Amino acid sequence: MLDVRGLKKVYEGSGRRVEAVRDLTFTVDAGELVCLVGPSGCGKTTLLKCVGGLLTPTAGEVLVGGRRVTGPPPDMAVVFQEYGRSLFPWMRVRENVELPLKQKKSSSARRRELVADALASVGLTDAAGAYPWQLSGGMQQRVAIARALAYEPDVLLMDEPFAAVDAQTRADLEDLVRGLWRQRGITILFVTHDIDEAVYLGERVLILSSSPTVVQEQLKIDLPADRDQLHTRVAPRFAELRTHVYEQIQAAKRGTPVADRLVKDLTDTPPPSKPQ
Amino acid sequence: MKDLERALLRLFLVVALPALLVVAWWYASDGSTDIYWPPLRTILTTFPDVWTGERLREDVLPSVLRLSAGYACAAVAGVALGTVIGSYRRVRAVCEPVLEFLRAVPPPVLVPVIMLFAGIGDTMKIAVIASGCVWPILLNTVEGVRAVDSVMSETARSYGITGVARLRHLVLPAASPQIFAGLRQALSIGIILMVISEMFAASNGLGFTIVQFQRGFAIPDMWTGILLLGLLGFVLSVVFRLVERRALGWYHGARDASRRSS
Repeated sequence: MLDVRGLKKVYEGSGRRVEAVRDLTFTVDAGELVCLVGPSGCGKTTLLKCVGGLLTPTAGEVLVGGRRVTGPPPDMAVVFQEYGRSLFPWMRVRENVELPLKQKKSSSARRRELVADALASVGLTDAAGAYPWQLSGGMQQRVAIARALAYEPDVLLMDEPFAAVDAQTRADLEDLVRGLWRQRGITILFVTHDIDEAVYLGERVLILSSSPTVVQEQLKIDLPADRDQLHTRVAPRFAELRTHVYEQIQAAKRGTPVADRLVKDLTDTPPPSKPQ
Repeated sequence: MKDLERALLRLFLVVALPALLVVAWWYASDGSTDIYWPPLRTILTTFPDVWTGERLREDVLPSVLRLSAGYACAAVAGVALGTVIGSYRRVRAVCEPVLEFLRAVPPPVLVPVIMLFAGIGDTMKIAVIASGCVWPILLNTVEGVRAVDSVMSETARSYGITGVARLRHLVLPAASPQIFAGLRQALSIGIILMVISEMFAASNGLGFTIVQFQRGFAIPDMWTGILLLGLLGFVLSVVFRLVERRALGWYHGARDASRRSS
C-alpha cells in the first residue's frame, strides 16, 4: 500500500546543507499498522512530510497504492502532533471535521453521516457544536482523528500525535487508535519517539538511525492482537521487545553499527521482513 | 442580585468619567462671556435648533454616505491587495519599499492632488477617504496573511483545501484579527478625512457646515457640530466593536482559553 524507495531529503539554505534523510526504503502493507521510532531529531517528521506529499524528496520516491506521490494524495489523511494548531479555531468541531469532505465534494447527506460516524467513533458526539479551544488537549486530538477518519483514507499518517498530551490521555488515545485500526482496517503509519508506544501499538516497528537517517532495523511485534494497557505492558515479551528497540536506538545515537549480540538475545524474534 | 450589582458597577465605571467631564465643562463654562467659548448650556440649547431633520438629511447623511463608500472601497482594496502581497514573498519584496513610502505620506496632503484629478465632487471625497484608510488595512492584512500558522497551512494542504477554499476557510479567517485591527485604525482616519475633504471644497457635509458656522461667527453652532462629530465617531466605534465581537468571537474565546490554561 505504501512504498518508500531510496528516499533522501537534503535541506539547503543560507549556505548550510543538512542531510535530514539519507536513504530510506520500506513498505507498509495494506491494513498494517507500522510504527516508526527513532532518536529525536532523526528526521521522522521530514520522512512523514515526504510520504504525505507535503515535501518533495531530493531523491527516491514514495508510492501510495502504486501511484507516485507528487502532492498530498487524496486517499491519505494526516494527524499532526500540534492538535491546537491543526484544528481551525474559527470553526466548530463539526465544521472542522466536515471541511475536508466539502472539498471532496461529498453530498451533504453523506457528509452529515460521515461526520456523525467519525465523531461517534472517537466518543465526541456531544462536542460537535463546541469550538476546539473549548476542549481539553486529548479531546482536540480526538477531533483531529475524527477529521482524518471522516475523510475515509486508505492510509493514515500520524506524526507523534500524542506527544503533547498527558500520560493517561495518551494511554486512552493509544487504545482508541488501535481499536479504530482493527475496526476499520486502515493502513496506519505512526511516527513516535516513544519506544513503549511504538511496541504497544505496532504490528511492526521500524527503527531509524540518527540523522542522516536510514532504517536501522525492522522488527516484527509478535504480541497478540488483543492488547490492553494493563496486561500487554507487563508481558515479558513486551519487555524484551522494548528493551531491544531501546538498545537499537541507543546504538543509533552512538552511531555504532548493530551489535550482533543484541540480535542473538532475541533468537525467538522472527527475522525482520525484508524491504521489497 | 450579584449580577445586577456587577452590571450596575460596570455601568457606573463606564459612565463616571464622561459624566464628570460634562459636569466640569458645564460649570467651567457657565457664565462665560467669551464669544469663542460659549457656555455648554448655550451649546446644548442650540443643538436641536441646528441639527434639524433637514440638516441631518442635507449635511450629515451625505457625509456618512461618503465615509461609508470610501471606507468600503478601502476595506475591499486593502484586504484584496494585502492578501496577494502577504501570500507571495516575491511580490512583498517588490512592494514593501513603495508601501512604506506611500504610508508615510500624510493623507490630507492628497486632497489637493486628488482634487486635480477627481474634481471637487463626491468622487474626490470618497477617493480621499479611501486613499487614507487603505494603508492600515492593507499593511495589517499583509501581516495577518503572512502569519498564517504553518501547521494549519499543512493541514489544509494535506486535506486538499487549496485555492479559493483555502482563502475562504483558512487564510482570511486566520488573518481576520489583524484585518480587524487595521479596519479599526482606518475608521478613525476615515472620519478625519471625511471632515477634511469637506473643508476644502464642498457645498454640504459636516465638515463644510462646521467651517461655515465658524466663518459666520455662529460659534455655539460650530460647537454643536463638533459635539455631533464626536458623537458620530463614538457611535461608529460602538457599532464597530459589536461587529468585531461577533466576527472574532472565536478569537477572543481561544485567547481567553489559552490564558486560563497557562
